Formats: sequence, C-alpha cells, structure tokens
Amino acid sequence: MLELHNIKKAFNKGTINEKRALNGVELTLDDGDFVTIIGGNGAGKSTTLNAIAGVWPVDEGAIIINGQNVTGLSEHKRAKFIGRVFQDPMTGTAATMEIQENLALAARRGEKRGLRWGITKREREEYHEMLKSLDLGLEDRMTAKVGLLSGGQRQALTLLMATLKKPEILLLDEHTAALDPKTAAKVLELSDKIIAEHHLTAMMVTHNMNDAIKHGNRLIMMNDGKVIFDVKGEEKAKLTVDDLLVKFEQASGTKLNNDRMLLSE
Amino acid sequence: MELFLSKLSTFGNAIPGDITQGLIWGVLAIGVFITYKILDFADLTVDGSLGLGGVVAVVLITNGVPVPLAMFIAFLAGCAAGFVTAFFNTALGIPGILSGILTQLALYSVYLDINGKANAPVSVDKYPLVLSSRFVTAGNASADIIKTVGTALIFVVCIIAILYWFFGTEYGMAIRATGCNSNLSKAEGINTKRTTIVTLVISNGLVGLSGALLAQYQGFADVNMGRGAIVIGLASVIIGMVLGEVILRKHFNFIAKLSFTALGAIIYFVVLRIVMLIGLSTDNTKLFSAVIVAVFLAVPYLQKQSRASFAKAGKRSEESLGAGKESV
Ligand SMILES: Nc1ncnc2c1ncn2[C@@H]1O[C@H](COP(=O)(O)OP(=O)(O)O)[C@@H](O)[C@H]1O
Ligand SMILES: [Mg+2]
Repeated sequence: MLELHNIKKAFNKGTINEKRALNGVELTLDDGDFVTIIGGNGAGKSTTLNAIAGVWPVDEGAIIINGQNVTGLSEHKRAKFIGRVFQDPMTGTAATMEIQENLALAARRGEKRGLRWGITKREREEYHEMLKSLDLGLEDRMTAKVGLLSGGQRQALTLLMATLKKPEILLLDEHTAALDPKTAAKVLELSDKIIAEHHLTAMMVTHNMNDAIKHGNRLIMMNDGKVIFDVKGEEKAKLTVDDLLVKFEQASGTKLNNDRMLLSE
Repeated sequence: MELFLSKLSTFGNAIPGDITQGLIWGVLAIGVFITYKILDFADLTVDGSLGLGGVVAVVLITNGVPVPLAMFIAFLAGCAAGFVTAFFNTALGIPGILSGILTQLALYSVYLDINGKANAPVSVDKYPLVLSSRFVTAGNASADIIKTVGTALIFVVCIIAILYWFFGTEYGMAIRATGCNSNLSKAEGINTKRTTIVTLVISNGLVGLSGALLAQYQGFADVNMGRGAIVIGLASVIIGMVLGEVILRKHFNFIAKLSFTALGAIIYFVVLRIVMLIGLSTDNTKLFSAVIVAVFLAVPYLQKQSRASFAKAGKRSEESLGAGKESV
C-alpha cells in the first residue's frame, strides 16, 4: 500500500543550521495496516508524514502509494491519495467557512473543481447524517463557521473530512495532543471507529506509549530520522511500556528524551 | 443660515453624481474585496489597472471601437495586469505587496505607450458613452439623472450577482479556502498558485472595468487617475464591513458583504462631499482617504488594546490590593 524507500531529507542545507531530519527511512505498509509511531522529540515523525504528503520534495528515496510512484508529485496532486489530521486543530479546517462547506471541500479532495455548485442539496443531507453519527450536535449547526467550534469538535470534523473521500492512506500527527484528556479519548475512539469501518491504512503519531500500544496492529519507533523498531500483530499486542523503553535504549544507545512522552495512563 | 442653505442645496445637487461615482468606484472596491478579504492578498496593482482600464477604453472608443467592446477589452487589460502581479508572486516568489507595486509602476509606462501623453479625453458629445458626469448635475432632467445613476447601479448589481454565483461554485469555494487556510487547501488537492492567479485576474479585471466607467464618467483618462485608488478601495471595503457588522450582525452573509462594499464606496464619496463643503480643499482628498483608512483600521485594534492593557491591569491590581501598594 505504502512504500518508503531510503527517504532522506535535510533542512537548511549548507548552513550552520543544517538538520538532517530523515536519514533513510525504510517502511512498507500493507493494505489495512494501522501503524502507531513513537519516538523522541525531533526524531522525524512529523517530517516522515510531511514527506508522504508532499509538503516539500524529499532529497533522496522513493515514495510509492498503491504501486504508484508519487515522489515527483506536488502536494495538491498527491492529495487524492491522502487524508490528514494535524496536531493543531486550526490547521485542518477553514475557520471562516461553514461546517458544511468544509465537508464539501473535503468531498472533492483531488477532484477537478469547476463551475458546478460547490455544495449540493443532496450533499447537505448526507453531511447531516454523517455529523449526526459524530454525536456532537454539529448536525444542527451545519451553516455555522468552523471557527466557532471547540478544538475537539474541530478535530472530529477534520477526521470526518480526511476520510469523507476514502484516502489510500490516513496520516494522523499527534491529532489528540492539543485536546483535554477526555476529549482526546473521544477523538481517538472515533479515529479507531472510522479506520475500522472503512478498512483504512493509517499512520498515527502519538506521544502516549499506552495509546501507541493499545491502538493499531503495528508499532514503529523512530530515532534520529530512522525507523529503529518495528513490531506487529501478536508481538505488538503483547508489548508493555517497559519493553518499549528497553527497546529504545538498545536501539539508540540513549534514554528516550521526549519530555512530553507519557509513560503512564 | 443662508450660507448653510446654499451649501445644503449644493450638496443636494451633487448627491446623484456622488452616488454614481461611488457605484463606479464600488466596482473597484468589489475587486479589492476579492483580493483583500477573500484571498487575503493586499494587491497594489489596483492603482495601475484602474488607469490602464481607463486609457484602453478611451483610446479604443476614440478610434471607433464600439463602447461595450472597448469596455470589455479594458476589463481584459485589467485581467492581464492582475496576471502579471500573480506571475511575479506565484512563479517568481516575489512578495505579494512588492509584486503589486512592480506591476503598478510598470503600468505607468504602459499607459504612456498606449496613449503617448498623460491625458486622454473622450467627449460624450462625440461618442455614445454609457454614462457621463454631464448628465447628473443640477441642470439635468431627472430622467437623465436616473438613467446615469441607474446605469452604474446595473453594472454593480450584475457584478455582485455573477460573483455571488461564482464564489458558490466548486472553484469559487477553492479560492475562499485558499484565502482562509492555504495549507489545508493544498491538502485538499487545491492548486493554490492557480487559485491565486485566477483571483488576481478577476479582481484586476473588475478594476479595469471600473477605470473604463470612470474615464467615461469624467470625460477623460489620466495617467494619475489611479493614484491612491487602492486606499479608496480599502476605505470602501472597510466602511462597508463595519457598517454591515453593525446593521446586519449575524445575517451579514456573502452577498451582503459584496453589496455593503459598494455601499461603502458610495458613503465614502458622500462623506467626502460633506467634508469638502465644510472646507476641505480638493488638494486634500488623498489625505482624507488615508485618514479614513487609518482610522477604520486602527479602531478595532485600539479597542482590543484598551481591553487588554497592562496599564489597566496594573490599576486593577492596585485596587484589589487596596491602598498603599503602588506599582512600580
Ligand atoms: N520545515 C523545517 N525546517 C527546518 N527544520 C525542520 C523543519 N521541519 C522539521 N525540522 C527539524 O527536523 C527534525 C525532525 O522534526 P520532526 O519531524 O518535526 O520531529 P518529531 O519527531 O518531533 O515530529 C527536528 O530537528 C526539526 O527541528
Ligand atoms: Mg511532530
């Protein structure tokens, strides 16, 4: 489904601020894989997702989605394969546009946009039903501006937007990190539900080790721009936080340095 | 008293002309609204594309081209100017404001190339112009006055209708999304460079059309006619937005925003007339527009500041601590 071959990316090349963010990322996801990604601050987790989404071109390596080499496609051309939810709830929605307009935008992800109506009556009805299933009362506020929503509501809406048109791959980058614990749990539960319902292939970055263990069928750990640990299935299900800490020290030779990393519930 | 009455009658006589002029500038203001408010792009091309539209229309009309066709070409000329700015910005990476300034400056020469000299007259006696200031003064029959104001109004209404439709389409919505959140737009597969280009083209096309109308109205195009036009456009947009928020509040929807932008332009010219009757000289009209824009932009900021000011927080803290504990 997704193949990353030897992905390298450096920022501010040729200056004293040069930062090699990705140093040869290798990863192959199977259809329906739900991978959680953990790692220290600056390990390259977000950069990996940005590379897949095509926020900028990579320096080296190949990105293959569903057999198609997308390495040379710009972000907006790649968009048809990819659904994204970001850490900052502001990033994933258009604040000055209505809830239903945001959904209509997302429904046309990767499609040619012409002079047909930007949102049709039938769509409105569909969105009403979808929003109802979120159980956040948004179905009664379809013409409200998204800027009026809370962070949790916005993330739930962004999730819906990212999966409205089934993506080949769903990228979640600490998408619950800015929410309070209760809301975070709800959004995480919703993510699980949507991923399962649509049999999506998904990557979820999280700084919560328990979440990383609990969710998905596969877990990878990153350090210094590389994948240093990769488990799936049975083996992953049996992991504990302590296992992960030991693995990290073995693979990297240092202690895990993520100050936001949550080790307990 | 007598002086006041005479001024009042001067004002009354001038009103139809001011409204017409407001409507013509309203077309420009709507163009500014599209870039400044929808795309979030401060486009200074406007100062150049207004004069360009004016001179293109005048030169074509005086060379025998039918007036409607001349106006359409003036619109296209404005579009081309917008494209140049968009090209500077999206293809060459020049910051938006500077891109507009470059085009604006270049258009000064283009104007002179087209016309050969700074001023290009066009007489309503010789050519079938769509409107003229000659028909909206004190001596005119009311039918003429109504026709002139009506013509300008029809242009504005048609433009608002077309834009209302356009920004409800898939592509129009993509433009709105680009202005609101360009990262999200790219993630949704929108080519944000292209939406930027299209928006600047449409906006400056409208400004070119506004220039064509203005040149006919005043009976000439002039190389300086666009100087400060962006400020008048911004003033109209801002006046319209403030007014709309106050009057319509929650119902201040998209079509109302376009309409209030044009209304803002009318109000601008009416208020300008009033301050001129009170004693502002014509030399100072630019000062007037600059002050209006500065005031309207500053008020919301200052309001916010006064609500969240350190000085006030200090005072409140002293009050809550009681007497004797002064802040440093
Ligand atoms: N756009 C950028 N410009 C410069 N440096 C960047 C950029 N994006 C990421 N980096 C750097 O690359 C490294 C990896 O960052 P990131 O992928 O965001 O880490 P994380 O694993 O915490 O998500 C960090 O050192 C970060 O500072
Ligand atoms: Mg990150």
